[in-house]
Amino acid sequence: MTFLKSLLAGGATLALTATGALAEPALIFDLGGKFDKSFNEAAYAGAQRWADETGGTYKELEMQSEAQREQALRRLAETGANPIVTTGFAFADVLNQVAPDYPDTRFVIIDTVVEQPNVQSVVYNEPEGSYLAGILAGMASKSGTAGFIGGMDIPLIHKFRCGFAQGFMAARPDGKVVTNFTGTTPAAWNDPVKGAELARAQIAQGADVIYAAAGGTGIGVLQAAADEGILSVGVDSNQNHLHPGKVLTSVLKRVDNSVYDAFKAGTAVEPGVKVMDLKSDGVGLAMDDNNKPLITAEMTAAVDDAKAKIIAGETKVHDYMTDNACPVE
Amino acid sequence: MDFATVIQILDSAVRLMTPLLLACLAGLFSERSGIFDIGLEGKMLMAAFASAAAAAVTGNVWIGLAAGVAGSAALSLVHGAASITFRGNQLISGVAINFLASGLTVLLGQTWFGLGGRTPALDGAARFAEWQLPFAAQIAPVPVIGPLYADVLSGHTPLVYVALLAVPATWWLLYRTRFGLRLRAVGENPASVDTAGVSVTRLRWTAIAITGLLTGLAGAYLATGLSAGFVKEMSAGRGYIALAALIFANWRPWRALGATFLFGLMEAVANRFPGIDLGPFTVPSMFMNALPYILTVIILAGFIGRATPPRAGGEPYVKES
Repeated sequence: MTFLKSLLAGGATLALTATGALAEPALIFDLGGKFDKSFNEAAYAGAQRWADETGGTYKELEMQSEAQREQALRRLAETGANPIVTTGFAFADVLNQVAPDYPDTRFVIIDTVVEQPNVQSVVYNEPEGSYLAGILAGMASKSGTAGFIGGMDIPLIHKFRCGFAQGFMAARPDGKVVTNFTGTTPAAWNDPVKGAELARAQIAQGADVIYAAAGGTGIGVLQAAADEGILSVGVDSNQNHLHPGKVLTSVLKRVDNSVYDAFKAGTAVEPGVKVMDLKSDGVGLAMDDNNKPLITAEMTAAVDDAKAKIIAGETKVHDYMTDNACPVE
Repeated sequence: MDFATVIQILDSAVRLMTPLLLACLAGLFSERSGIFDIGLEGKMLMAAFASAAAAAVTGNVWIGLAAGVAGSAALSLVHGAASITFRGNQLISGVAINFLASGLTVLLGQTWFGLGGRTPALDGAARFAEWQLPFAAQIAPVPVIGPLYADVLSGHTPLVYVALLAVPATWWLLYRTRFGLRLRAVGENPASVDTAGVSVTRLRWTAIAITGLLTGLAGAYLATGLSAGFVKEMSAGRGYIALAALIFANWRPWRALGATFLFGLMEAVANRFPGIDLGPFTVPSMFMNALPYILTVIILAGFIGRATPPRAGGEPYVKES
């Protein structure tokens, strides 16, 4: 009897929360976890900025396993959260199934495209950001050899490599980029030991600037680079502070801006594809006090120049995903 | 491929071998006593977290090492209680330990440091420094032997040497002491040991404790020797590769050194040459990374040599009454 009572009470509370939470935005973090010092944390920062500015509240959910995705999306949609922002390309399939069932809810997916009438897809032009980092690396490198360490061997990460290599070659036509991928399973995102070992192998091949696009594995890469006295380039979030004076720059994906914009637009989020590039400040380089001593006026000028040319359309940065090939090695 | 590259690969192989070797010897003690332990991975992970957390808070790597061993020993106690005292299924207990470590490290890390399960980056005295062996600088100019000694053998963190010394120590303990004889016997035929008036339970508990100590060293080496801090799931399957190496080594200490060095070497080669060009076709690095498992399966299938695991392994000992 008491059990039934508590059940009923529980149901009532749930119903109350559901109505009370009408039109509250929601954010779902992907498997990397909320505080990954990278992608997801940037999303969190954007949501928090919105909350601080407007005094509003939002719901958040952190994925623990692949199997939870659909359930999590449906649950948030049913509690009336709107819009629902998901981070990560892995949500694409699930969102394709769930979005048609909730036509009044607006969804935002970051990092991939889902073609549904109520979904906004935010994609970043990572090659452009990586290209600028490549130019900086080319100017900072003494040996003319740069390294790239990717996490999982997937086309998305090749995109980073290709942009970086193009920028590096633009600054150092005689240079070369040594490439390694950590692995072919999701475990490749969390293996700092292997990251450090790969970095050392690249240093032995002459690399003196290493770009890591590898999640938690990148922590090991940046550490090994700092230990061995060479430069590194961080990714997604600003990672310059991890080793002040040793991280040349970080290629930023302004996920925070996208989440902030989506939350601000609320239920009026425009469906469709939104490309965030250099022009819309969706990607860029991190410049702060930590890497100031490494950046010369010449470098700043070169980066600004390249940026202006890309925005004007004079320089085309090739996107690996368009033809699964890169024009430079 | 020039000599400097060979030296660099060997140096990398020694670093990559060390956690495997420590974990492999840990598994050796446990399995020789008749307790299967697939929880090596979880214990390493827990030790990595505990050592990084303690080193980050105290700033002293030795305190971190002690904490790492304590963390891994705590999980060993769980395994021992489940599989020795309560005679539970050893495989299930091992799997449970892996899950427990995977979740607990992130949970505690997030609660204590708020960095998403990561510990703060370690520096200075909170990390193991590299040791130069005596006369390394003097021997270095000697051709061939010089670089081998000065670059491959010297210049590692202390735990590398502990791991290397653990091999003869394990051999001596297993084959030259009364304890070792009994330990091997308890894994083959516990009833005979019991008949001789020696406690099976006690022997197995001792073996499990040594396993906890060695996996603790392995985990601490990952977090405070090879990298500078804990990242979730950072053991990245090394506990399982160590198990494969144990089978490859046929549960013998010197062969464990050989097997883990071979596995370390394969990874080092794969790191240095992502695609090995053999003329008509290219060997991808994925193949090199899968090779330890492939070799183990071949050995288990009986194509090369034969795997002879301890006969009483996996079965809880029930005294006949």
